[in-house]
Amino acid sequence: MDILNALVAFLNFVFIPAAAYGAQLALGALGVTLIYGILRFSNFAHGDTMAFGTAITIIATWGLQSLGVSLGPLPTALLALPIGIAGTALLVLATDRVVYRFYRVQKAAPIIFVMASVGVMFVMNGLTRLLIGVDEQRFDDGARFLIAVRDFREWTGLAEGLALRSTQALTVIVTVIVCAALFWFLNRTKGGKAMRAYSDNEDLALLSGIDPEKVVRMTWIIAAALMTIAGVLYGLDKSFRPFNYFQILLPIFAAAIVGGLGNPIGAIAGGFLVAFSEVAVTYPWVKIAGYLAPGWEPGGLLQLLGTEYKFAVSFVILIVVLLFRPTGLFRGKSV
Amino acid sequence: MSSNRQSASASPWRAPIVFAILAALFVLEGTVRNGMFSGSWNTSLAILNMGLISAITALGVNMQWGYAGLFNVGVVGFLALGGLAPVLVSLPPVQGAWSAGGPRLILSLLVGLGTLALARIVYARTRRGLLVALVLIAGFVAYRWLFDPAVSAIEANNAASAGNIGGLGLPVLLSWAVGGAFAAAAAWAIGKVALGLRSDYLAIATLGIAEIIVAVLRNEDWLARGVKNITSIPRPVPYEIDLQQNPAFVDFATRWGFSAAEASGIWVKLCYMSLFLVVLLTIVLLAELALKSPWGRMMRAIRDNETAAEAMGKDVTARHLQVFILGSAVIGVAGAMMITLDGLMAPTSYNPLRYTFLIWVMVIVGGSGNNWGAILGAVLIWFLWIKAEVWGPNLIGLLVGPLPDGDVKAHLLGSAPHMRFIAMGAVLLLVLRFAPRGLVPEK
Repeated sequence: MDILNALVAFLNFVFIPAAAYGAQLALGALGVTLIYGILRFSNFAHGDTMAFGTAITIIATWGLQSLGVSLGPLPTALLALPIGIAGTALLVLATDRVVYRFYRVQKAAPIIFVMASVGVMFVMNGLTRLLIGVDEQRFDDGARFLIAVRDFREWTGLAEGLALRSTQALTVIVTVIVCAALFWFLNRTKGGKAMRAYSDNEDLALLSGIDPEKVVRMTWIIAAALMTIAGVLYGLDKSFRPFNYFQILLPIFAAAIVGGLGNPIGAIAGGFLVAFSEVAVTYPWVKIAGYLAPGWEPGGLLQLLGTEYKFAVSFVILIVVLLFRPTGLFRGKSV
Repeated sequence: MSSNRQSASASPWRAPIVFAILAALFVLEGTVRNGMFSGSWNTSLAILNMGLISAITALGVNMQWGYAGLFNVGVVGFLALGGLAPVLVSLPPVQGAWSAGGPRLILSLLVGLGTLALARIVYARTRRGLLVALVLIAGFVAYRWLFDPAVSAIEANNAASAGNIGGLGLPVLLSWAVGGAFAAAAAWAIGKVALGLRSDYLAIATLGIAEIIVAVLRNEDWLARGVKNITSIPRPVPYEIDLQQNPAFVDFATRWGFSAAEASGIWVKLCYMSLFLVVLLTIVLLAELALKSPWGRMMRAIRDNETAAEAMGKDVTARHLQVFILGSAVIGVAGAMMITLDGLMAPTSYNPLRYTFLIWVMVIVGGSGNNWGAILGAVLIWFLWIKAEVWGPNLIGLLVGPLPDGDVKAHLLGSAPHMRFIAMGAVLLLVLRFAPRGLVPEK
């Protein structure tokens, strides 16, 4: 039994990738949950807006790189992030003005909003394709590894190596900062309190003189920031392909629903829950089992599900939550 | 919902006029040859055939949305599942596949389903989560123990040209009904879980099931060879090559002034068209009869005011489940027809933008709640979708013509195909906002 090597393998193949992925999902789910809490619909355009924000950021990154600007060991994309956020915020504010506001004034059924968001998704998808095409783009620069496999082996003398990519560490750090800032905003500032009041009880908030349009605008701007950051981190970590951003919609929705739609803490917990289950279920455990129980030869890879079916994991989580606790683990809204 | 259904009735001439415009477009496509139209009846009929299949899909979606207000975002999954039917029903059996692992495979699938059923029973009887988990884990282990060797045996059998379980060798027309049954079964499972909750949950659940179905088709080689594709699915109509070698047909073609090659293509497409029209009209007839029956009135009552209908003693969730299954079955039939028309099962082609959201544009543009509207919208949007591939670049070429040659111009020209998505999204948003009842509104 070789616990140290097993632990290192677990960290390397399960814990670190799942933590980075979970952070990306958590940011995405926070955006979905905020929009749901304030505007009261599931935004199907979320994934494609993430792709759009990332595309702007990539273009800005290229611009900065051609000017010779760089952040040293950190990816240049961080510097370009504000430009991406600003562009995305402008775009979502424009969509709100042109598309969603009409239905809000009409007090249309939530499903009409969802349908409108599908139309917006189409347009966003086209815009992203127009901007950057459908091909894969890599835009990470700076240091690739914080801990490289070989160095780790030399330091520790273990057979198993551990790699910590700088993008993975960056993802988690940025997510922590963003979440802290978001909760500070929601709990401590006047704007955040107005948003929470509006989300809890629209009529009461209106009576206390909260301007609904201002709350909605704030929500969109924050959501745009969350979407762009999530998209850029995902792109830095995995490389950017527009279609992947459409597919990530399902895990993000699953995360938001698991945590309870409209509940920010739930969204973060849901993101990590979905990510860890996905990685744990699709990882072949044979190597770790080999360290823990030497001499035992399992016939297969000890992989519960092929990686092609990782979406099935979020789907099953979604179904189980819908069956047993439709309002989510942290009691979200159930409008 | 009710706020979007104005009571004012539209002109009774609206549907015939749109139909006439549509017919004129197809005739132009078949006869006139210029920058906009191809002037080939083969192209025109090919667009029409695919348009008819889209129309049947749109009918299925319209049943779910127009009759019951259910938002199904997994159309592509039900289409793909329906498309599996011709592969499993009409292909000739693969030599040796069944004896390699057929019974074991079926047994493993039964064990899988049985585990789920048993888990449900255990939960209903005892309400003990631990016990359910034990049942599920034991069932999963048994399932994998049966399933994995069977699959490797089947996939190893003549892997270069087969490697799949093969079909039953039955007539392909039968598979259309089977495709409907497949999709209906999936819809039952999804509807059972997601209906009766918030309206968005069904949308998200269908989005998920669609991705999983397409992933299964892509990766399970034993089922339909995965990305290696299945070609030469049997046809219900004659082959062009046989027609061209038939002297009587060649005579017939020359009398009408067509070459044998062109005429055979047209003849085959006309045969398909008649088959599709029969299916389409049957479904429309049944749907219209259902809509005018007490059942249809009940469905509309539920859609317009669920609370009131529930107070009148209607079981809203059960009716929603019913109409969701029916609609998905129609989509499944369309999926089977599409694979039959293509003669090819290529799982990579199932793109949600094309097969889910484009269908939605068709239904919304056509007029949700009205079957004829859905058909019109489907054929019209399909025609525009295909032609936009030609018109878009021409238009952009015209617009950027005065620009100096360079990167910007090249980029704009190269991005013309992407304009289709923006255009379709804009059409959906515009219709939803300014004409929520569509081209041919509900009566």
